[in-house]
Amino acid sequence: MPRGAVSAVCLTAALSLALTACSSSSGPAPAGSAAASGGSLVVGVTSDPDTLFPWKATQFTAVNVLQNLYGTLTEFDKDLNVVPGLAESWQPSEDGKKLTLKLRQGVTFADGSAFDSKDVKASLDKIMDEKTAAVARASLASVKSVEAPDASTVVLELTGPDAALPANLATVNMAMLSSDDTEEKLTATPNGTGPFTLGKRVASQSITLTRNDRYWGAEKPKVASVEFRVIPDESSIVSAMQSGNVQLAVFNDPLVAQTAEGGGTITVTKTPQLNYHVLQLNAQHGDLKDVNVRLAIQCAIDRKQVLDTAALGEGEVTGPITAPAFKSDPNKRPCPNRDLAKAAEYLGKAGKSGGVTVKTIVSQGEYATSVNEAQNLKAQLAEAKINLELEVLESGAFVDRWVAADFDAAVALNGGRPDPDGSYGRYFTSKGNLNKVAGYSSPELDELFAQGKATTDQAARKAVYDKIGAELENNAAWIWLFAGYTYTATTANVSGFTPMASGSLQYLRTTAVR
Amino acid sequence: MRVLRNRVVRRVAETLGILFGVAVVVFVMLRALPGDQITAGLGTEAAALTPAQRQALEQYYGLDQPLVTQFFSWLGNLFTGNFGYSARSQQSVLELTLHALPVTFELAVLSIALALLIGVPLGMLAASRPNAARDAAGQVVSLAGLSIPAFLLATTLLSIFAASFGFNPNGQGFATLVEDPLLNLQQMLLPALVLGFGIAAPILRTTRTAVLEVRSNDFVRTARAKGVPERRLQVRHVLGNALVPIVTMTGLQFGYLLGGAVVVEQIFSVPGIGRQVLLGIQQKEYAVVQSTVLVIALAFVLVNLLTDLLYRVIDPRVRAS
Repeated sequence: MPRGAVSAVCLTAALSLALTACSSSSGPAPAGSAAASGGSLVVGVTSDPDTLFPWKATQFTAVNVLQNLYGTLTEFDKDLNVVPGLAESWQPSEDGKKLTLKLRQGVTFADGSAFDSKDVKASLDKIMDEKTAAVARASLASVKSVEAPDASTVVLELTGPDAALPANLATVNMAMLSSDDTEEKLTATPNGTGPFTLGKRVASQSITLTRNDRYWGAEKPKVASVEFRVIPDESSIVSAMQSGNVQLAVFNDPLVAQTAEGGGTITVTKTPQLNYHVLQLNAQHGDLKDVNVRLAIQCAIDRKQVLDTAALGEGEVTGPITAPAFKSDPNKRPCPNRDLAKAAEYLGKAGKSGGVTVKTIVSQGEYATSVNEAQNLKAQLAEAKINLELEVLESGAFVDRWVAADFDAAVALNGGRPDPDGSYGRYFTSKGNLNKVAGYSSPELDELFAQGKATTDQAARKAVYDKIGAELENNAAWIWLFAGYTYTATTANVSGFTPMASGSLQYLRTTAVR
Repeated sequence: MRVLRNRVVRRVAETLGILFGVAVVVFVMLRALPGDQITAGLGTEAAALTPAQRQALEQYYGLDQPLVTQFFSWLGNLFTGNFGYSARSQQSVLELTLHALPVTFELAVLSIALALLIGVPLGMLAASRPNAARDAAGQVVSLAGLSIPAFLLATTLLSIFAASFGFNPNGQGFATLVEDPLLNLQQMLLPALVLGFGIAAPILRTTRTAVLEVRSNDFVRTARAKGVPERRLQVRHVLGNALVPIVTMTGLQFGYLLGGAVVVEQIFSVPGIGRQVLLGIQQKEYAVVQSTVLVIALAFVLVNLLTDLLYRVIDPRVRAS
């Protein structure tokens, strides 16, 4: 009998070896094997796009896939400046109540139909219609009506000057769709003016885009196709890159980025993010209604320590505005360095010398560093008699509580935008659609945000948003912590990709694979 | 004949009862979870929706219907072959399941095969000399199988093979057995090994115990005294009579595997039924989760039924009763 057992074990080993031997003969798929001219680029992503309808897309993969399929009136360049897209130029009227856009000629949709002002009017009208449930509707709040006097001109009638509008038009949630298309149709078959068209989709496994040879840009995409391959685990994406099956991926977890870099075959590029890590305070709740309690929290936190302990020091301490052209100076805030005496003084002013308790929600799994950040904040604040009562929630439960503004404080990673009005106007103006969640507004802020929209001069706008940043920090509306990095990993045979602070993959169109 | 018919009718009624119970429990649990398809899709952006926008989305996803209507409409549709629709995948749940189920079934079969190849011989080896070195070795293997978490073993194997040998077939797009059998078997190798190693442990322990028990019976001593060759004695007389608990354990494990090995499927990018349920839960696609769980429950019930039938094949005493 033992001989039988031994034979069985040997059989198992033989089976394993045989399969392994077979495998080595085929090896990793060569990058260029798919190739029509330009080859094929494989991008590793952790999830499938959850929608292919651009006006409702918020998920990372969906936004990045759709950005390569659809065009917008304006675009961002690599430094996040607003540059022409489907609109070649735009001109505000003298009183700022009209914005005239001249459209690019000769642009066609993927189905071959021509793009013109009729499509722009139909798209903007539908985005503004509540029934469409477009996520960017609020970005068009200043638009009263859209006119299309001729095929290449669109005129937006505005309620007042809106300097943020050109930047707002650059997101994929403002994609221009053909007036003949419907949501139902586009969800199955995207039809955009972008550098790529939809090639093939295998649900939950991959989505492949093929080069749009009719793309209007001066520079046509270099690769024949881009496959977004779903590999649900970030560590498995690293393994797939090491074995040459995937050529490009974007990571958020510094640990994974370190692992990827460690092998020596993968290049990892760090890009400072617009997204920022923050302890959101709800100034409508309990003890946090008192500005002195909020300022005590502000003074009791060493942000560098949070960054070092929770995110391996991978990032920069930040103020409210992370957009490069409007960046806040974190050293100008009250208590730029941790000051426990000052914190105690503020608590005393609030009549809470004995301490306060702040119920704080934390998301588990939404992003890698959340729980570590919360634990470090709790430890630091405990030394200032501020008890951060943590409630660690599954991401769905966190979103539910966040959306309902049902928290005293929330440890969050919020999305930043290239224009500060887009980032904060919706949070901190009394009529902003996220003001309930922000929990703070003031007549001063309303006035400043209105000024920021009305001012077109860049230097003057920067001065206004500096004041907004100061107003937010002087009142400790929230406690801004740090901004991390996006890690773009590429294999040696990839060139020409430019990572962006917004995390956008729009430069897949300039990427080449050898 | 009538007894048999009654038994079949009772079994079918029990199965339907179980499936209905599963349907109710899954439906209620999903609704009890925080969030819905709107917040799952939009995340925190859902806070920016106006009431009219929210209403439009509820109508789009069918969330504006009363719960009872939602339940019976889904249940009624099942009888017409309509398992629901996944907006995320742009495919019917039936199509999704028909793609995922064979993948999971294949992974389960391979895992069980490997588990049996490891567990049964090692269990017999361990039982052949209780408390000797080979028994201790068997115990170590089974303890390792039980205590090493699948995610750890899976990640370690994947990293070592990819980084050191450039071997990572799972990094290529998944190929089904029909599309590319060789690549498919390569892609199944590591996941099946990880799962098989974990399952081999209980099979090894069950085999050891069952073999030890059978060996102590008089008929074994009699057979040996009559000069039955040792190999034949161990395989035909001992293992043959120890099969019932081994089959029971294998059937149970196979049933669990058909429910999807979520962690292993995630790490090795195997598009099986476990990932389908996980994605459904993450996106709050109620129809996807409800229908898929029902299919899994049905598979579990069927595997149990097959296990019961197998008893009749391997044990004449069951046939006689």
